[in-house]
Amino acid sequence: MADSPLALEHQEGLHHQFVDPEQQRNAASLGMWVFLGTEVMFFGGMFCAYLIYRYWYYPEFAAGSRSLDIWLGTTNTIVLICSSLTVVLGVRAAQMGKRRLLVLLLLLTLVLGLGFLGIKGIEWYDKFVEHHVPGVSFSAEDLIRDYPQIHIDPAPTQIYFSLYFAMTGLHALHMIVGVGIFSYLTYYAWKGRYTPEYHTPVEIGGLYWHFVDIIWIYLFPLLYLIDRKPLK
Amino acid sequence: MSEPILSNKLYLGIWAALMVLTVITATVAFVDLGPFNTVVALAIATLKALLVVLFFMHVKYASEKLTKMVIVCALFWLLILLFLSLADYGTRHA
Repeated sequence: MADSPLALEHQEGLHHQFVDPEQQRNAASLGMWVFLGTEVMFFGGMFCAYLIYRYWYYPEFAAGSRSLDIWLGTTNTIVLICSSLTVVLGVRAAQMGKRRLLVLLLLLTLVLGLGFLGIKGIEWYDKFVEHHVPGVSFSAEDLIRDYPQIHIDPAPTQIYFSLYFAMTGLHALHMIVGVGIFSYLTYYAWKGRYTPEYHTPVEIGGLYWHFVDIIWIYLFPLLYLIDRKPLK
Repeated sequence: MSEPILSNKLYLGIWAALMVLTVITATVAFVDLGPFNTVVALAIATLKALLVVLFFMHVKYASEKLTKMVIVCALFWLLILLFLSLADYGTRHA
């Protein structure tokens, strides 16, 4: 009876178009990866723009990059890596059917995700105070004063900060969406919906979270690190 | 259950490696390596991304080959975008 189609149809959480839970899980995961493929192109365009403009306006990009707080940036990288660990341990807890552990790890992930956004908010606030936000109140005077050894043109400096806000802003938007997804997962994990047989939402939600982590893994060196060396 | 459940030890090991690489890349950023600052920073970032994709996103253990193909295709298109655009802008002498 266990092998008959009828018996499979009544497995918990198995939709009728799939042969077995494994096929259903693979299909969901594949769908998420295709979506992440489109996201690679989405962020890829911004990375490409950043590299080209950095090539064109190197002194302005170097000065802009050095005005960021590298310690807050590094802290945020560490926060995100820790959140990826709590996600992957959460997926493991779901695979093993440990409901309380899963809820705890999802909550920890939410705390770390919100912590990341908070630190990002502090960094953005500093940029407003320093008049580094592109627009009418923009000023590169402090950078021109701080780095007399290089010639800094204020206009391309605005391009650096435009890309900085666009890229970190888009990443932060993905983090906010991620916090939404994980709030949903936490609620249903608490209700006991996820079992060793059915925990696909936790798994593909995790894929999304790790992907957003990877975007930051690349944003961090490009925005904060590669122009940090001593200026000649 | 056909999907493998990996050990806590493995996950903690990957996490530790990611933390160490983060500290290394932030420290090396202050050392003048000429054009190699960018190369080293992006190489470390790629290594970190690889660890996350293979272990945290379970691609190393994925039974579905189609998933791997989607990833390779996405990266291939990204490289077309980056290489052709940079080859154009990098060789202009205006």
